[in-house]
Amino acid sequence: MELQAVLMAAGGGSRMMELTYNTHKPLLPVGNKPLIWYPLNLLERVGFEEVIIITTKDVQKMLTPDRLKLDGKMKLDVVCIQLEGEMGTADALRHVQQKIKTDVLVLSCDLITDVALHEVVDLFRAHNASMAMLMSKLHEFTETVPGQKGKKKAGEQRDFVGVDATGQRLLFMANEADLEDGLTIRKSIMCKHPSMRIRTGLLDAHLYCLKRCVVDFLVENKNISSIRGELIPYLVRKQFSKSVNLPNNKDEVEMSQKMEGQTNLEILGSCKDEELLRLTQERSCWNDHHGDMSEAYHGGKVRCYVHIMEDGVCYRVNTLAAYIEANRMVSAGVGADSIIGASCQISDKTSIKRSTVGASSTVREKVKITNSILMNGVTVEEGCNIQGSVICSNAVIGRNADIKYCLVGSSQRIEPDGECLTVTQNAGIHLHYVYGCLFICVKTHSTPHSSAVSRVCCVHVCVRQRVAG
Amino acid sequence: MADADETSKQAERNTNVGDGIAVKKQDIARAKNEGKELTKDEKQRLRKEKKQQKKNKKDDKGESEHENVPLPPSQAVVQCQSQKAPSVAPSLALTPVSVCTSEKPAKSKAEQRAERRARQEADRAAKGKKGESAQQPPSGKSKAPPNELQPVVKRLPEHVQVDDPAAVRKLAKKLERQQIPVRSEYGYKVSLFSHLHQYSRKAPLTQQISIPSTVIHPYIVRLGLQYSQGIVAGSNARSIALLHAFQKVIQDYKTPPNEELSRDLVNKLKPYISYLNQCRPLSASMGNAIKYVKKEISNIPCLCKEEEAKKQLLSCIDNYIKEKITLAATTISAYAIEKISNGDVILVYGCSSLVNHILCDAFDKKRKFSVIVVDSRPRLEGREALRRLVKKGICCTYVLISAVSYILPEVSKVFLGAHALLANGYVMSRVGTSQIALVAKAYNVPVLVCCETYKFCERVQTDSFVSNELGNQYT
Repeated sequence: MELQAVLMAAGGGSRMMELTYNTHKPLLPVGNKPLIWYPLNLLERVGFEEVIIITTKDVQKMLTPDRLKLDGKMKLDVVCIQLEGEMGTADALRHVQQKIKTDVLVLSCDLITDVALHEVVDLFRAHNASMAMLMSKLHEFTETVPGQKGKKKAGEQRDFVGVDATGQRLLFMANEADLEDGLTIRKSIMCKHPSMRIRTGLLDAHLYCLKRCVVDFLVENKNISSIRGELIPYLVRKQFSKSVNLPNNKDEVEMSQKMEGQTNLEILGSCKDEELLRLTQERSCWNDHHGDMSEAYHGGKVRCYVHIMEDGVCYRVNTLAAYIEANRMVSAGVGADSIIGASCQISDKTSIKRSTVGASSTVREKVKITNSILMNGVTVEEGCNIQGSVICSNAVIGRNADIKYCLVGSSQRIEPDGECLTVTQNAGIHLHYVYGCLFICVKTHSTPHSSAVSRVCCVHVCVRQRVAG
Repeated sequence: MADADETSKQAERNTNVGDGIAVKKQDIARAKNEGKELTKDEKQRLRKEKKQQKKNKKDDKGESEHENVPLPPSQAVVQCQSQKAPSVAPSLALTPVSVCTSEKPAKSKAEQRAERRARQEADRAAKGKKGESAQQPPSGKSKAPPNELQPVVKRLPEHVQVDDPAAVRKLAKKLERQQIPVRSEYGYKVSLFSHLHQYSRKAPLTQQISIPSTVIHPYIVRLGLQYSQGIVAGSNARSIALLHAFQKVIQDYKTPPNEELSRDLVNKLKPYISYLNQCRPLSASMGNAIKYVKKEISNIPCLCKEEEAKKQLLSCIDNYIKEKITLAATTISAYAIEKISNGDVILVYGCSSLVNHILCDAFDKKRKFSVIVVDSRPRLEGREALRRLVKKGICCTYVLISAVSYILPEVSKVFLGAHALLANGYVMSRVGTSQIALVAKAYNVPVLVCCETYKFCERVQTDSFVSNELGNQYT
């Protein structure tokens, strides 16, 4: 067996709480398929026969009926973890360490891409790399996102990624947040790779091929909790740290084990480098760089590679904007303008443009739906006009409601011709005309008395907080 | 020397026919050798005599039985070559190829084989004709009557039949049976090389293989990728990598029930070899290594337990590498160092691991010499050789092959590496090597070819068009 796939589906979707408070992130419908279907489909197309899925108990229950959507006979091995402690991706990987017997391909459940996976894996194989990852050009989301009026928020901070002249070897990786007074690059890196390109407009697809010894290293070092946040930058830095001489290992091992256990990776890495491989490299007339006196790879044992997708589809659905964009892209990919789910009832004189309508939805007459996403079980009464919005599952939009760029939470009701806004327990906010608003279910702690709102702009209410007035 | 051969051959032919014409023949032969122009009459007479000879021989051969069918083509070819006296052959004859091979017995093996063949030929001819065979010289190169070039069933390897759709289809079927994807051809092919494969680096074979590859062992997939991308290049490196991958395959192998390891393992290796062939055509050294491994596997006694058998195979492979590659390199460099004297200027071409090893060893033994590294595009492998030699401390000069005639007056010896040594004594090596050898011959510089015995192969090739490897046009 060459590679084992591990799918991380335990994330909470903290950047789109509006959508995920009710539906778990792996099960969010994108183009009428659950989000987790996309990475599973990618793995299946490429030829994987088994996948280990790490997720929570609730999602595990839901995974079985969705399996019918998969065409092939891929075996899903679902492992549950508790979400109480802050379990990072590296912790999750440590949790399933017993099942991992070969090199591992880690992906995230929110990845939608059509990358030719062999490009990433070929880098991993050909150069005997410790890590190979996928990155893609960042797409700017130009569509208006419901609930965000005006300027975009500070947004995520950029990633600085340094690659060498070939564009494949990863030399440097840091997040803007970690760079207090500027970018510092070690002189040893510049000596070995005088030509480095630093790119900022790249999206990390969270698809990593990791060697078996890296997983073992993770088990030894329990202080690493996130793959993306800690392990990958550590590996990238480790490429250029001074290598330990094997004969003098004993003393240094004890010393460094007190420090960080850094040497472990070296030992583990170099054990695998067998005599014959070394002999092959000695006799081969190939070098990955020219102009200096060092051998191939500068004699380094740890090597990190990246495949940067210049064109093609690659989205990480972890924000609302990305979610909307992904929906749009999927429907465009399918070829149709809009996607209508199964068992929908759509009456006459409706106009549905560039939208996705989920399964078992009901749309009555004279409804205009443009650029919107309706999840499963949504009921839209007559005469509504829905534009640029996201309507979560089981919501009911009353008659003649006019909804522009809003996000209606799960199981909400938009009253027809309502005048008042009532905030009640377990009920929604009733409004007559809403523009640019965000509605989410206010489960508890809502104030008992009602207040009337005729026109609301830019309300953003978070879950489980007290709502006053 | 070649001219002397010619006269002797002519002399023999003369004695075969009646003596009356013999004298005239000798005159003609002498005239030829003196370089005078033959008159028209003499030419016509010569032609008539030749035709007469052919007729006689045909009748005689028709009577007797012949099994020497496979031999004649090579012998005829050899004869043509020796008559034309091409420039490479003398330089090869000068270059003590035999000296630089690893063991003395190996050198005489080739000679012995040729002698044996000649003796067989002589015996058969003696059976058919009377009094002719005694004249056959022991070198065995001369006598190959043209009529032995009867239509022989030739089995051309598939990699030189790309323009023949039937052969291509046959190959595709064979690969399909073994579940190996077919690599597609690419780009515009010059008609001179239309019979050879031309692949693109942009469409690797791994595109069509499932990612956790189940049909092909992962180490073999990795090896194929490294071959096609040029990460493992050079005859020795490729062989070592191949044997290492085979070791891994043998380690992971499990005998299916009701099967014998000695037979099943060989069948398992066949698709892997096809796959590697698709990634990059096998080298002669790899071919020999594969033959050795297959022989070892089939020699495993059937009562042997799986663990023991595996251990034995692994140790066989280790021994092969140790003997044929590592020890051979040490022995060759011991011989070659005797040829390097102080103050020498040695010319090397490209990057040959064996030549580099020899030069580094010579430097370690405190010989004073300097090196000129000749390089050529597109691979520019000389840079790697230059790096290794300079790192050692050897004084080097670096030129491109276009400057080789300018720099040769300063050179005292040329050391060349070989990819394979053919049965007729030809050396197969990186493109540009024959050019270096020719220019060296023109300047009377001795050329030494260094080659381990496991690169010797049974093939015979007289030009570089019939079988070759095309590079990638655009990379």
